[in-house]
Order: sequence, then C-alpha cells, then structure tokens
Amino acid sequence: MRTLLGTEDLDRSSLDGLLDDAEAFLEVLDRPIPKVPALRGRTVATMFFEPSTRTRLSFERAAKALSADTLSFSPGTSSLSKGESLKDTVQTIAAMGADLMVVRHRAVGAPARVAEWTGLPVVNGGDGAHQHPTQALLDALTIRRAKGALDGLRIAIVGDIAHSRVARSDVFAFATLGADVVLVAPRTLLPVDLTGWPCEVSTDLDAVLSDLDVVYLLRVQTERGGASVFPSLREYLRRFGLTRDRFARLRPDAVVLHPGPMNRGVEIEAAVADDPRALVLDQVTNGVAARMAVLFHLLGGADA
Amino acid sequence: MLDLVLRGGRVVTASSVDVVDVGIAGGEIVALGGHMGEAATEIDCSGALVGPGFVDVHTHVREPGQEWKEDIASASRAAVAGGYTAIVAMPNTDPAIDSGPVARFVVERGSDVGLLHVAAAGAITAGREGTRLAHLDDLWDAGVRMFTDDGDAVADAAMMRRALEYIGDRGGVLAQHAVDPSLGAGAMHEGWVSSRLGLAGIPAVAETTVVARDLLLVAETGCRYHVQHVAAAGTIELIAAAKDRGLPVTAEVTPHHLTFDHTAVLGTTDPVYKMMPPLREPDDVAAVRDALRAGVIDMVATDHAPHADHEKDVPFEEAPNGVTGLEWAAAAVNAAAELDERTFFAAMSVAPARLAGLVDHGRYPAVGVPANLVVFDPATTWVPSRTMSRSQNSPYLGRPLTGAVRATVVGGEVVWDAGGHDDAA
Repeated sequence: MRTLLGTEDLDRSSLDGLLDDAEAFLEVLDRPIPKVPALRGRTVATMFFEPSTRTRLSFERAAKALSADTLSFSPGTSSLSKGESLKDTVQTIAAMGADLMVVRHRAVGAPARVAEWTGLPVVNGGDGAHQHPTQALLDALTIRRAKGALDGLRIAIVGDIAHSRVARSDVFAFATLGADVVLVAPRTLLPVDLTGWPCEVSTDLDAVLSDLDVVYLLRVQTERGGASVFPSLREYLRRFGLTRDRFARLRPDAVVLHPGPMNRGVEIEAAVADDPRALVLDQVTNGVAARMAVLFHLLGGADA
Repeated sequence: MLDLVLRGGRVVTASSVDVVDVGIAGGEIVALGGHMGEAATEIDCSGALVGPGFVDVHTHVREPGQEWKEDIASASRAAVAGGYTAIVAMPNTDPAIDSGPVARFVVERGSDVGLLHVAAAGAITAGREGTRLAHLDDLWDAGVRMFTDDGDAVADAAMMRRALEYIGDRGGVLAQHAVDPSLGAGAMHEGWVSSRLGLAGIPAVAETTVVARDLLLVAETGCRYHVQHVAAAGTIELIAAAKDRGLPVTAEVTPHHLTFDHTAVLGTTDPVYKMMPPLREPDDVAAVRDALRAGVIDMVATDHAPHADHEKDVPFEEAPNGVTGLEWAAAAVNAAAELDERTFFAAMSVAPARLAGLVDHGRYPAVGVPANLVVFDPATTWVPSRTMSRSQNSPYLGRPLTGAVRATVVGGEVVWDAGGHDDAA
C-alpha cells in the first residue's frame, strides 16, 4: 500500500489486516505509557486545507503514539493567504523532509494530486464529498468491536449521502467486510446514479428500522451546498431523525454511530445521543488506533 | 509559371474526389487537372486529401486581456498547424468584444499576424453580463455576423427574445452557449461518475432546457440560431425536430465531445478533462457522432480554450473549464466520427464558413476559387508532443492520433508545411 485515497479498491484482506493492527494499537493506547517506537525518526505532515480539529488531532495523536514527528499545516496561518498554490505549498512541505502527508481538502481528488506532485505516501483525510477512508476504518473497527464482525449485519446509513465523503467510504468498506448496507435519505440527498454501489436505497427510515443492527447517522451539513434540499430541520427530524420513539423500535442490541460533530435535535435526539448504545466516543478512541494502523502500513514501520 | 502546385492529392471538389493537381497563382486556383508543369513551390500531396481549408467558429484567442494563455499570433500558428484557414474569435475577452473598436482590434491583429483570416464574434449583451444589449449595430458595422455570450448562456428569456428580434432583423446569427446557469453550477456531467466522486453534477437537462426554450423563441422571431458545443443526446432530438419544421437552426460539436466521455474524470480527476459543457455519457458520445454523420449537427468547432499550466495544475473543482484543440481537431474528428470525405469537409470547412459569413472560405476547389485549402492525410498515425499554442491543456497531447495536416494554404501562400516539423507527419 502506497497511498490510502479511498475504500473502493481495498479488498477484504487489506481491510482485515488494518483492523487487526488497529486492535493491537488500541491495546497500546491502553498502556501506562501509550507509545511504541515503530515510526521513530519518521515525519508525518498533516496538511489540513479545510478547518478540522478532531481529525487532525486524531492523526497527530496516532503519529506521536508511533513515535513519529509531526508537521502541522493549517491554512489560516499559511502562505495560502498570500496566494501560494496548493502544488507549491505541498512541495514546500515535502522539501522540509516529510515522509508522509495526510491531506484534507474541500476539493475532490486533491489528495491524489498531492500524491502525484510530491511522490510521497498520502493519506486522504477527507476530500470534498468524495472519500474519508480512515473514518470508514474507525467506523468498521467500532462495529467490529461491538458486534464481533460485520458479516451479515444490516447497516443503515441515514442522511445527506449526496454530500457525504463518510457515506462514500463507509458503503464500500462495510460491504467489503460482509455487511448488508441500506442508504436512507430523501431523493434530494441521494446521489443521482448509484451504479456500482454495493447497497440498497430507501426513502423511508421507519420501513427499515426494525431489522437494523447498526444505524449510522450522518451530520446534516447545513454549511454545505447552501441550496435548499429539504424543507426544514423540523421536518428532517420528523422524517429522518433518530428520535426516542424510533430508537425504542430498534432491536435491543442495535447500536448507533455518528461521525461527529452531532447536531442534537436534528439528526439525533439528545437522549439517544447520550444512550450507551450510541458509540460516538468509542469511534473517537478507535479513530486514533485505526490511523496508527494506516500510518504504520504506509510508512513500513520495519524499515524505520 | 504557377506560384504553387499541390501535386497528386485526392482533391475533394463539389462533385467528385479525384487524384489531380491543383495549380495556384495570384491567390486563386487557376487550374485543376492532370500533371501540371513546374511551380515556384510544390507540395507532394500523394495519399492525402486536398479540400477547402478548415474554419473554426469557436476559438478563444484570449487577446485582448489574457495574453498569458494565448494571443492572436499564437492562436494563428496553432490554427494553421491544424489546417485552419479562418477562425472566429469568441468575445469573452477582457474587455469583451461588445463594441466596434474591440472587434476591429481583433480582426486587425489577425491580419497583422497574417497567417489566416481572423474574424470576431460579438457579444450579445454588454460585458456578456446578460442585462442589456451590446453595441450590436457598431459590431455589425465592424463586420461581425455572429453573436454569442459564449462562456455564459443568455439565461433571461426576455433578453434572449429581444436579442433574437434585433439580430434577426439584420440577418445575423445568434449562437447560444446552452448551459442553464442554475442547473449548470457543477464541475462535471451529472451521472454515476459524479455520484461516485462526490462532484457536483451538471445534468443533461441544463443543456436541453435552454435549447428547448430558445427554439420556441426562434420559431417566433425567425432569427438564425446556432447551438454551440452540443454534448447531450436530448439536444439532438430537439434540433432534428426544429430542422424538420424548417427553422433556421444549426449546431456544432467539439472534437472532445466526439472522443471522450465522463469516465475520463475517474482516477486522478485530471482537470484536462474539465470543460463546459462537460464530457457526458458514452450514449451521448455515440449520439453526437451519429448526428454529425447524419448532418443533424452541421459542423465541428474546437472550443479551443487555452489555460496556463498554473491555472490547470490544481484540483479538478478549482480548475477553469476548457481544453485546447485547434491543432488536433481534424485528426480527432477523423478518428472518432468516421465521416466520408464530403461530410468531413462539410463539417470542418463548408458549414462553418457559411455560418460565419466567410465567403472566401469553405469553398470546394474549382478554378477561380480563392486558394484557402488544406492538405490532410487521414491515414498517418502520430503522437503530438508539443503545441503551437501558448498553453498545453489538451487531452490529445501525448495520445496517438490518426490523421495529420500536411499543409495549409491561405490566399495561395503556404502558411503551414508539416515537412518542416519533425513531430508531424
């Protein structure tokens, strides 16, 4: 593996291998000194061209737990504001001695271009509405730890699929790991053509609710698009939100995931968000371990 | 003695395709027939077609205002290398060609460069802003016969109707960039590829709704109407029906829409495949090819749209629309559309010259006709490695092409001779 740009091309054994390693790194994170020397002397640059706190911190925590050094780039304080191009920016950081770049950018395909321009291993930290592969890994890890395995599980991904890089990464990863995925959204929040997507589609959450093992709620991205894609937040909650009533109709062992940050009262009611079967904080912890596994694979820890 | 002889080519005349020599003197064809005597200059045309020079009704020359992308001199060099004897400059310059002086500047720069005929299209609305009419009479007096806000559609129905009325009165042509701005705000064709990539899509109806509305207005006003760069199969049905009703409608297709489909964007999302209208589905590509063969689409136009490396070397969504194409258009059409010789020259030369009102161009070889000709070898395979344009945003660079321009003759002068260039045939 040279880059991790998306989940579409990851096969079962690569995914299982990453998840197995992530489980091992979870154990490391539980130690009194949660650190291993696997990537000592290596430098991970986190290049976040779009505001993000949790994903960047998670990658940096992962890199440091592997004893790598980190270079942290964020656009607010950079020469981007002086008109420097993306290409010049990443080549500059590469020239400082980065061994790997984690790239988040609002433009689809930006991480692939960065890989081309720098020749470095690149991890896609989220590109537009395209892919967010480490999110899919941490989600799969969370489900695996809660349910043993993804094989045969019925998973609904609910919400703004059209504009969600999380949905695009999760669908392919979950399906490759053997889950049965259904997308639930109004047509205005679904991609127009799902050719090649290994999933079903429904516009009726209530109709699919009772046989779900996992409900994956997407954040309603009020800041994206701008155009009106559903009538109001109130109506969204009524038709697609995970209310207490709907939560009560789920199977008793069903779990709830959300990539965060949550809009309480929009896609999820507060009481559901605080229920022990909502695994949102486990996802955050698992995210560090999943990212450790990815950095370890890409930087070939043994060569360090 | 003759000035120039084009020797031994398959000459495409109005009535036949025969292996004959073409004798040229004083800027005109003076003899067509069997072996001619010596001339000051001779070009070996064996194995090649000799026909009316190509005419492009859709060239972005970028001058005035964006000379770092292209200028009239570099566009002229690229055009003659591609077999063109005349081009029509699009008005989305800075300032826009929305007044007489700017139109005159472009045409005069073209004749100063002196390689081929450079005509100017005029904007429909002032500054191409869609809110009030451009100086249409001044443009007309400066020789402009084709009007377009290309790059933007005339979206407002009342403005479009008024423009059709005014330009129709003068006998001009109104050319529409048919992409509805409210439906056309995406980065690529709306389909399974855009869905997979998470890119905002431009649906085919962004094109068809504009054309459908315009055709209703054309029926009412009678103005000549030209659909630029048709990319959607649905547009072809609308145009065919309008032609059946006898409406004065023509249409163009670009080489790239005849060649590529939206799957080209997969992989590295290379902005060299970003253009407006976007590359659509394989069914659309098949439909525009069929329509060109059948004459429903009348002509090929390049939409030659140069952009500098630093403008295209960015993520897909941030890149400007457009690709260059003058040098490889004929080869791309030759490979993609499988036209017979007559349809090929009708689409590349005759129909566009007629649309643009260029009476000395797009005329089949005959005695007394101005010698604006191309020598095109449809069988040679080659790989373009460089360009005459100031920009290199072309998906054809580095890709094998079948068909090469051997020579271009403008006003009896050889303005391009591939023999002097080692990467051409």
